[in-house]
Amino acid sequence: MTAVVTPGAPAAPPGTPGAERPPGRRPRRRLTPYWLLLPAALWLAVFFVAPLVYQASTSVQTGSLEEGYRVTWHFATYGEVLERYGEHFLRSFGYAAAATALCLLIGYPLAYMIAFRAGRWRNVLLVMVIAPFFTSFLIRTLAWKTILSDGGPVVGALDVLHVLDVTSRLGLTSDDRVLATPLAVVCGLTYNFLPFMILPLYGSLERIDPSLHEAARDLYATPATTFRKVTFPLSLPGVVAGTLLTFIPASGDYINAQLLGSPNTQMVGNAIQKQFLNVLDYPTAAAMSFVLMALILVAVTVYMRRAGTEELV
Amino acid sequence: MEPYDAMPPAVRAAWRRSMSRGRSAMSRRALLRTGGLAAGGAALAACGIPPAASTGDEGGSHRSKDHSAKERELTFSNWPLYVDVADDDEDDRPSLRAFERDSGVKVKYIEDVNDNNEFYSKIKPQLAAGQDTGRDLVCLTDWMAGRLIRHGWAQRLDPAHMPHAVTNLEDRFRTAAHDPGRQFSYPWAGTAAVIAYNRKATGGKEVTSVTQLLEDPALKGRVSLLTEMHDTMGLTLLDSGADSASFTDDDYDKAVSRIQKAVDRNQIRSFTGNDYVDGLSKGDIAACMAWAGDIVQLSIDDPDVEYVLPDSGYLFGTDDLLVPARARHRANAEALIDHYYQPRTAAELAAWVNYICPVTGAKAEMERIDKDVAANPLIFPDAEMIAKGHPFRQLTEREEERYEGRFADLIGA
Repeated sequence: MTAVVTPGAPAAPPGTPGAERPPGRRPRRRLTPYWLLLPAALWLAVFFVAPLVYQASTSVQTGSLEEGYRVTWHFATYGEVLERYGEHFLRSFGYAAAATALCLLIGYPLAYMIAFRAGRWRNVLLVMVIAPFFTSFLIRTLAWKTILSDGGPVVGALDVLHVLDVTSRLGLTSDDRVLATPLAVVCGLTYNFLPFMILPLYGSLERIDPSLHEAARDLYATPATTFRKVTFPLSLPGVVAGTLLTFIPASGDYINAQLLGSPNTQMVGNAIQKQFLNVLDYPTAAAMSFVLMALILVAVTVYMRRAGTEELV
Repeated sequence: MEPYDAMPPAVRAAWRRSMSRGRSAMSRRALLRTGGLAAGGAALAACGIPPAASTGDEGGSHRSKDHSAKERELTFSNWPLYVDVADDDEDDRPSLRAFERDSGVKVKYIEDVNDNNEFYSKIKPQLAAGQDTGRDLVCLTDWMAGRLIRHGWAQRLDPAHMPHAVTNLEDRFRTAAHDPGRQFSYPWAGTAAVIAYNRKATGGKEVTSVTQLLEDPALKGRVSLLTEMHDTMGLTLLDSGADSASFTDDDYDKAVSRIQKAVDRNQIRSFTGNDYVDGLSKGDIAACMAWAGDIVQLSIDDPDVEYVLPDSGYLFGTDDLLVPARARHRANAEALIDHYYQPRTAAELAAWVNYICPVTGAKAEMERIDKDVAANPLIFPDAEMIAKGHPFRQLTEREEERYEGRFADLIGA
């Protein structure tokens, strides 16, 4: 809200808008911010609030397709959803958390390299990070199906190096294959959401003044200490933004589990899709969507409280 | 209506209490907040999904006003790759072109049916509201066609406009459980859910039954079943000794638990739509439930891929053409159906789509076009093939919801 600036009053100090203006013009000026807000507010009302209210209503309805659905304030649907799909929710958050952690592990060094060491290659590297976005999400995920296929070179190499023995001991793979295992789903999520991690990280790393690094060196800090005490704390807003941008869509994703997973790796997004489109049990599907939203909201709030948001872009 | 009429009594009482007593009754802000809540509650209660009642019906005739005579056009929604296409031009569909030339009707052909349920979700709002869906002819699988007919969302076809169709429809297609007497729908093609396997991936081993798909340790993690409930469950029911045309709840539950066991043991790699084709030819999927039409095509490209009709039988169904309620061009649609029931056209179509041809006389025509196709029992079934085919019984809406629900849990979603 504070981002809306009243035009035509650049000189007025904040907090006392229109203090010295002629009284006759005041009402119109006061309305200006609201007029500026109107398009966004309308947009939100039509495309966010209205569907949300509709879904909320659907989630407490009972009935059937043939007899129609009526609002009966049947909150028990929520209990049933948690009981029946608790496993799906846990799995979704587990996979999303694993993918987010992997994205951070892969993305941070890369973003660091692009920001501080890439020199004239910086733009080329950034384009390469974004380039996969030029093809569709679906095609990119399908490509992994070919890359990871059972008889393919990747699985063969992993097998020879005994990586698959380790992962299958961890319960991530089974029967010497990668496709149709949790590992494949987590890798798919990691791959698909990696740019959402790298770009905010790059944004915050790139803004760090190099003279701070020089100052650290002058004060006899080792490179490791410099990173720990200077670079990493200053990049935290990027880390927070990146993890949120990765975790939130990943926990609702269903394409990766659908294409790369097995019946035992389905996420909550798959369950919602099935209930909406195949079972046509709209109340259950709506309740599930709300539970997912609520859980994400809680998780994000707790995280933001701990991580702090003051410096978030 | 009072905003809290629809609430349970206890909630209603609590609501009334909070409005009239205590702190909240005092402060203006709280009052506003409660008012907002009540308005929200009213908004929630005002929503609701109307019953799927018969709305397209005018005077019980199951027909709406036809504009075909004046508007020589037709919009036809079909599945992808379900009509013949010229070798050199993807946008040239010879059989449709012939129809346009003969009838003078301009056809808008859209391939937007990818999944029965998805398509149903798409057109349901208009149908329920008694509006035109913008489509004059749609192709849906028999059980979904049955649902539209049941809701009164399909128009009754006029046999007088379809002399070829009436004469040439194969007898065994005439008595369909979802549309007895074929008053509302005509088959575009027959479908058969069978077992297929990749000989190289199984190490030369034959896969001949659903039991083997679900239990053979040699296939562990390399078996796929279909996301289409009727096909997967139908084949499993037949394998369990039940009849897919007359099974009970118990039979269904038993079949579900058989598959559940296989899922729990990681025997099943995935539940798929048409995408099993890719996995089967690569060998990631060693054996699977498959649609015969796909296998005809696939086994031409890859001789290792073979199909099997299980001894317990395979699941037979149809994809039906029907005219949605309120469609403007019923007579044009009837003309198109009739066009495809001329043996010559039917043979051309079957030669390309490779699904079971429902038209009498098409086989004789096919012998002149391509002897191999004419001899293929998956396209022109022989006596054995016909005898082994079983339909899935027509479900009530309650059953449909229950069965689809159990199946959704089974496939992990």
